[in-house]
Amino acid sequence: MSIDPFIIEILQVAALLIVAPVFTGWIKMVKCWFQGRTSPSLFQPWRDILKLFSKDVTLAENASWIFRFTPYLVFGISVMAGGIIPILSMDLPLSATADVIALVALFSIARFFTALAGMDIGTAFGGMGASREMTIASLAEPAMLMAVFAVSLVGKSTSLSQMAIVISEGHSLLRPSLVFALLAFILITLAETGRIPVDNPATHLELTMIHEAMILEYSGRHLALIEWASMMKLFLFAVLGIASFVPWGIPRNGELFSVAIALLVLLFKLAGIGVVLVLIETGLAKMRIFRITEFLGSAFLFATIGMMSYFMLE
Amino acid sequence: MLLLVLALTPFLRLNQRLLINVGFFLAAIASFFAAVAGFWSVADGMMTQVILPIGLPDLPFHLRIDLLSGYFLVVVGLLAFFVSIYSIGYVKGFLGQRSVTHLVVFYVLFLAGMFLVVLADDALFFLIAWEMMAASSYFLVLYEDERVENRRAAFLYLVVAHVGAIAILLSFGVLAGLTTGFSGFQNYTFDAMRAAHLPPELATLAFLLAFFGFSAKAGVIPLHIWLPEAHPVAPSNVSALMSGVMLKTAIYGIVRVVFDLIRTFPWWWGATVLVFGLVSAVMGVLYALMQHDLKRLLAYHSVENIGIILIGIGLAMIFTSFNMSLLAALALIAGLYHTMNHAMFKGLLFMGAGSVLHATNERNMEEMGGLIRFMPWTAVFFLIGCISISALPPFNGFVSEWLTYQAFLLSPALPSPLLNLMIPLGAALLALTSALAAACFVKAFGVTFLGHHRGHHGGHIHETGWSMRLGMLLAALACLGLGIFPTYMIKWMDPLAEKLVGGKIAASASGLGWMWLTPIAAERASYSAPLAFMGILTVVVVTYLLLHARPGAIRRAPLWDCGFEKITSRMQYTATSFAMPLRRIFGFLFSIKEHVRQPASASHPAFPDRIHYHLRVRDRFWTWMYQPVIDASFWLSRRIGRMQQGRIQIYLIYSFITILVLLIFSR
Repeated sequence: MSIDPFIIEILQVAALLIVAPVFTGWIKMVKCWFQGRTSPSLFQPWRDILKLFSKDVTLAENASWIFRFTPYLVFGISVMAGGIIPILSMDLPLSATADVIALVALFSIARFFTALAGMDIGTAFGGMGASREMTIASLAEPAMLMAVFAVSLVGKSTSLSQMAIVISEGHSLLRPSLVFALLAFILITLAETGRIPVDNPATHLELTMIHEAMILEYSGRHLALIEWASMMKLFLFAVLGIASFVPWGIPRNGELFSVAIALLVLLFKLAGIGVVLVLIETGLAKMRIFRITEFLGSAFLFATIGMMSYFMLE
Repeated sequence: MLLLVLALTPFLRLNQRLLINVGFFLAAIASFFAAVAGFWSVADGMMTQVILPIGLPDLPFHLRIDLLSGYFLVVVGLLAFFVSIYSIGYVKGFLGQRSVTHLVVFYVLFLAGMFLVVLADDALFFLIAWEMMAASSYFLVLYEDERVENRRAAFLYLVVAHVGAIAILLSFGVLAGLTTGFSGFQNYTFDAMRAAHLPPELATLAFLLAFFGFSAKAGVIPLHIWLPEAHPVAPSNVSALMSGVMLKTAIYGIVRVVFDLIRTFPWWWGATVLVFGLVSAVMGVLYALMQHDLKRLLAYHSVENIGIILIGIGLAMIFTSFNMSLLAALALIAGLYHTMNHAMFKGLLFMGAGSVLHATNERNMEEMGGLIRFMPWTAVFFLIGCISISALPPFNGFVSEWLTYQAFLLSPALPSPLLNLMIPLGAALLALTSALAAACFVKAFGVTFLGHHRGHHGGHIHETGWSMRLGMLLAALACLGLGIFPTYMIKWMDPLAEKLVGGKIAASASGLGWMWLTPIAAERASYSAPLAFMGILTVVVVTYLLLHARPGAIRRAPLWDCGFEKITSRMQYTATSFAMPLRRIFGFLFSIKEHVRQPASASHPAFPDRIHYHLRVRDRFWTWMYQPVIDASFWLSRRIGRMQQGRIQIYLIYSFITILVLLIFSR
């Protein structure tokens, strides 16, 4: 039995909305195990979001419409991106809306507005967060494009579904260009989603904040939307990595059975990614901000090597 | 076509001071007709030639409107239309301070010059129009001439413009002279140059001269030095035109000479253009980040965007030289599309900066802040300009940069391993550029419009008048329209690309329907601005409604001050501090002098009363390239100055010797 692609699209967005906080909860849980602490429940992020939604909003006196508009926009972009990346099926009505480059640009506009919202209030923290976030983003962008370049050489396309189809048809996982591109992609993901060693999502220490500094003044439903969107962003980068590097298990079309299998495979892969992420985060300390240049420089280098090895070896 | 341009001349008689309304209104109408004429000529693919029997004896002026000039007519006309509407309100700000007559006159002459440049069909008339444009814009830069910096900037502009004009003149000389072996004057028309077959080395010479000359006008690094000086000091409506469209006449010149007059060339020409484009893009945006003068920041961004346009054109040249017409068409359309886009958003941004200047009398961003509350409309329009120039969807800047990325991503099809390895690095530099541009405009918008007001005149700031808002509104709508309906735009531009490089992409670009832009094939890459825009908007609206189903209260509260007594506007991040991380990372590209002075405090050495911080960031090119030239010319003129004794006898001896020498040599 085949499901209509539009229904899969809706299923996929629903999966994104539901699973993303659980994925964050899973990462926190594994991290607690590694550090020998008692962990909160897997659904703790969900409880936090629901609690925030029921609270009233406290807004700074001079906040303009940009400050109030940003949470909705950031949330909307994350949901939209969830409809574009192939998660449960490669045959999606929205998949032609954006290729990888346009998808990255969608995330950029979310970041642009978050940074503006940080500056809107006029505190020193907001400006500091905005300045650092934009600096890191501008260093991550060339590396990201290089990684896309390397993958698109193999996939002969920048359209996500098409890349996933071509790579899942390929035989070996160990194409050198893809391995280097994957390394670069992992480093970029750490920077883009604000994880250790670039940023620490758990900190509110004044001088080390980056992302948290921008959203410091948010409260109530605005904060809930932003938190939810940033959990979705982590989830989306994970499925973006799955779709471009290990797309096995994502069905070509919407057979009911294969979509169900795809969901299971997805959960399995996400659990694995969560463990890898925790290994990285517990193994490393947060870097000084001016060391990030070297960190992202090496991401760029890996991606470039990936591209060159395609031309030389394949 | 010609009547439109001639229709501009009657303005010259409208010299009454209070007739700004009439002057700029008629200028707006004339520009609008020029844009419509250009639009039709591209859409219908028609070509009209007119020969005017004026000018020097036996050297009539040739005018021609073809696809390329039609396209640039639209670029110039559309922005001139918006800016002329804007000027009605803006120029009134000068009333009572100084005479606006010569501003109106030179403004109209400047517009006429730009229209004639793209219409000219012979070298002589082209250069006359070119000089008309340069000279009138010189006087416009000099409008507020009591300030030293304005006079200095205008002089610098004049020098660079003329060095460039000499190179263009020489280039046309090579092109025209070789067709007849330097024996006649008949071959100064572009038609004759098209028919000529040049030996490769002379074609290269002509190309390099033309590229140098046009680069000086376009502000390609390292010839950009006049741009950040001249654009900030000109009246803002003029800066909008200079930055938005005058630089584009140089792009027109490059495209005209390379793709229309010379036509066959080796790949390294394209590589040269590409490299200069990349350097301009990256360096332009980095210099822009360091500025805290709003208009100067925008001027450096023009350098960046000219770089992006040249990247597209350079790629098109590389593809053309390998006979890959489809990819060449893609890259050329990307470059020309960005030309149009940059005209729109840069015009919009300069108009916005002009409104801010009009309202606050301030160009320094460190004295602004919180303007979104005083000028809500200007803030929205300026924000649209910022999003467009930062290449963020769904606005227009993204479409053309995305097309450029696609052209980059298709470069592995080139049969040259060297280019295969090097061109992707260019794509990475372009990505760096657009990300830095986003950082720069977060800074520009955030420091200017958001936060608390830093300046001293809180109550007097006011929103601008209707005509200024209307001009900005139209430009903002153009940015949105060009961003959401790229397939129509490409369909319209396609004949132009087909004529210049022989490939067409319109059929494949809208292969899935008008909503999806698919440059080469649907499997290769696709982008749908309407869908993304509507999708995000739907989610935003639905979320908003869902969350407001329950009446929730919003409580306004003072800022959390971390336990200090009082938060002042001076505690905010400034433009300088915002750019500090990037200044440290890319500092090696600038000459930076940072100076902190901390006078010892009377009360306690650990708590200084005040700290003096002095920062000077300078363009390295000034000290590397220009200062030696300036020093050398001063040295030379001092040496020559020794000959001037001021005594008539000595001058008579000079004349006598000269006559003797001439008699000996020209016997």
